[in-house]
Amino acid sequence: MKKLLLFLMIAGVYFLHQDNWNWKSYDLVFGFLPTGLAYHAGYSILAAVMMAVLVKFAWPKHLEDVQPEKPADQNRDAERHE
Amino acid sequence: MIPVIVIAAYLLIIATIGIIAFKRGQSNTEDFFLASRTVGPMVFFLSIFATNMTAFAILGSSGLSYRRGIGIYGLMASSSGFVIPLTIFFIGTRLWALGKRFGHQTQVQFFRDRWECDGIGTVIFALSAAMLVPYMIISIMGGGTVLQEISTAKGSHDPLIPYWLGCAIVAVVVTVNVFFGGMRGTVWVNIFQTILFLCFGFVAMVVISHAFPGGFGEIVAKIGADPKSSFLLTRERMPQTEFWSYTLIPLSSIMFPHMAIMCFSARKVTAFKRTVIIYPIAIMLIWLPCIFLGVIGAQVIPGLKDSDGILLRLLNDNAPAWLAGLLGAGIISAVMGSDAHQVLAMSTMFTKDIYTHYGGREKYGEKAAVHFARAFILAVTVIAYLIALYLKSRQGIFEIAIRFAFSGFAAMAPVMIAALFWKRSTKWGALAATLFVAGTLVTFAFLQGSPAPPAAPAKPATAVAAKITPPDAAAVTKADAVEIKGMTNDTAKAIQQPAADAKPAAVTASVAPKPKMIVLWQIGDHVILSRAPATGDVRFWNSSSNPAGGYMTVVPMVFGSALCMIVFSLLTRPPSRKTIEKYFGEPKPEPEPAIAASAR
Repeated sequence: MKKLLLFLMIAGVYFLHQDNWNWKSYDLVFGFLPTGLAYHAGYSILAAVMMAVLVKFAWPKHLEDVQPEKPADQNRDAERHE
Repeated sequence: MIPVIVIAAYLLIIATIGIIAFKRGQSNTEDFFLASRTVGPMVFFLSIFATNMTAFAILGSSGLSYRRGIGIYGLMASSSGFVIPLTIFFIGTRLWALGKRFGHQTQVQFFRDRWECDGIGTVIFALSAAMLVPYMIISIMGGGTVLQEISTAKGSHDPLIPYWLGCAIVAVVVTVNVFFGGMRGTVWVNIFQTILFLCFGFVAMVVISHAFPGGFGEIVAKIGADPKSSFLLTRERMPQTEFWSYTLIPLSSIMFPHMAIMCFSARKVTAFKRTVIIYPIAIMLIWLPCIFLGVIGAQVIPGLKDSDGILLRLLNDNAPAWLAGLLGAGIISAVMGSDAHQVLAMSTMFTKDIYTHYGGREKYGEKAAVHFARAFILAVTVIAYLIALYLKSRQGIFEIAIRFAFSGFAAMAPVMIAALFWKRSTKWGALAATLFVAGTLVTFAFLQGSPAPPAAPAKPATAVAAKITPPDAAAVTKADAVEIKGMTNDTAKAIQQPAADAKPAAVTASVAPKPKMIVLWQIGDHVILSRAPATGDVRFWNSSSNPAGGYMTVVPMVFGSALCMIVFSLLTRPPSRKTIEKYFGEPKPEPEPAIAASAR
């Protein structure tokens, strides 16, 4: 369930990027910032929030315990000698 | 003169940091290429961000918004702010873990081991290197151009630092930094550089706004009131298909060899946490002011032929000399930050994927590998510098190459995703996808035309276009196809359609016939491949009346690459169980400390 919700969140944020409703808007925010630009500036903040949610709820914690094994070159060399 | 002194001081600081890093380094390749995998969280963010931000983020973005308006932010910046942190989160962390477990230092080492095949690594290495080299060359060219612009006094045409010297200065400082400092020197410098260019946008906005008594609001109102320039405040001339296509381009980021190598260099995987959260905000801090100022520049200084220089012009005209120098240093930072990582990545790839892999280290030892890497850095920089001088007036060639490189690296993303997450993926699938990417890159590069010169409205865009019979615009339909030299009757056709292509405010003022879409391949009524006359860009599946409509070539490349990966993997034998367990089994737990074990 958690995975599905997170997936829906990512998909939702992705769809919000395609803001067709702002395409021809001439309105200004704060009297100088075009709506399309202000919207996507806000979108950048939304993307940061989305990443914070992912870090909180989907962080690959198992990777924190990873320890070095044999270096790659040694692995391949060993395989060659086998 | 003052801006030159400020930039000289900045460059001196950069070189000094590289030399200090050299004294702290060790004589082994893991230290030279990855700073012994000890990069901490904040440094990791600043460095990975500097790796990805080129001069384009500052100069190119403002230049594009000068011509095409505010839509550039959504097209490039916010899509990157969404996709790049996601790829770092899902792919970068896994790459880091594999590097830590198995000692991988490059993507190619991982691919070779994952698919039990030397050849696939060598093919991917060749493609990656071919796509990365133009990037390095254009960085040097960009640095030379910036130094030349900044050192030209107001009203003068003679720069204090000519182009050749500017390129040489940038090349030497980057070389000193990377040659001596390796990854450690590069990331230390990145701390300084990233802070500088993150401050750049905000300071530039404040300084330039003070130069206009009515503020930005008045200028924006003027832009909106003029029918020739009002489109700059909207995306009405930007095809929605192009806007959507661009969301695939940032997939290239994690496939850049220098980005992947940075992922290997983190001390702990937790360093990625802060990076992925701050990344979209950092992109906004740089791109938002640059794009806004580019649009403002279209009104304040209209008619620039080289719109990429708009920010430098605004700064030179409106900022005190010392501040212009400092802000110029911010731009140079963006150039050199990414260039240093590209040079280091090329050196790492050659040393690890070719020299060491084919027996160089066994023959000559570990220290010799570091010497080899340094010699390679020198050689590659000298060659890049000479090419940058030789092709000074042909910068467009490299810009096109880079555009294709972005699409190419993005199209390689399915290979990485399959390697990390799909057990059943095979070397044949990876080979098919890589060859597909290489083939489509060459094909699209061949079909790509030159952009139409903005001040030559009556002339056709390219030599090919010149062969098109120009029919009466009012009477034209898709059936009005004529032969193009060098192509068959079935595939080489041209049609005229009304243009809604974006143009700079000053340029649209001239009365020009509408540009026409050039059809390269058509099946029935469906235009499969076409070329936009204004930009020369190849477009896929253009069903609109807009000559610049249709999807960007990255779309068929990414989906075609994914399809190749899936189909050829399913048709061929999967990797051995041993390899599957190695990469998809549970990682070995951390060994219990000896003291705790004996106490039990």
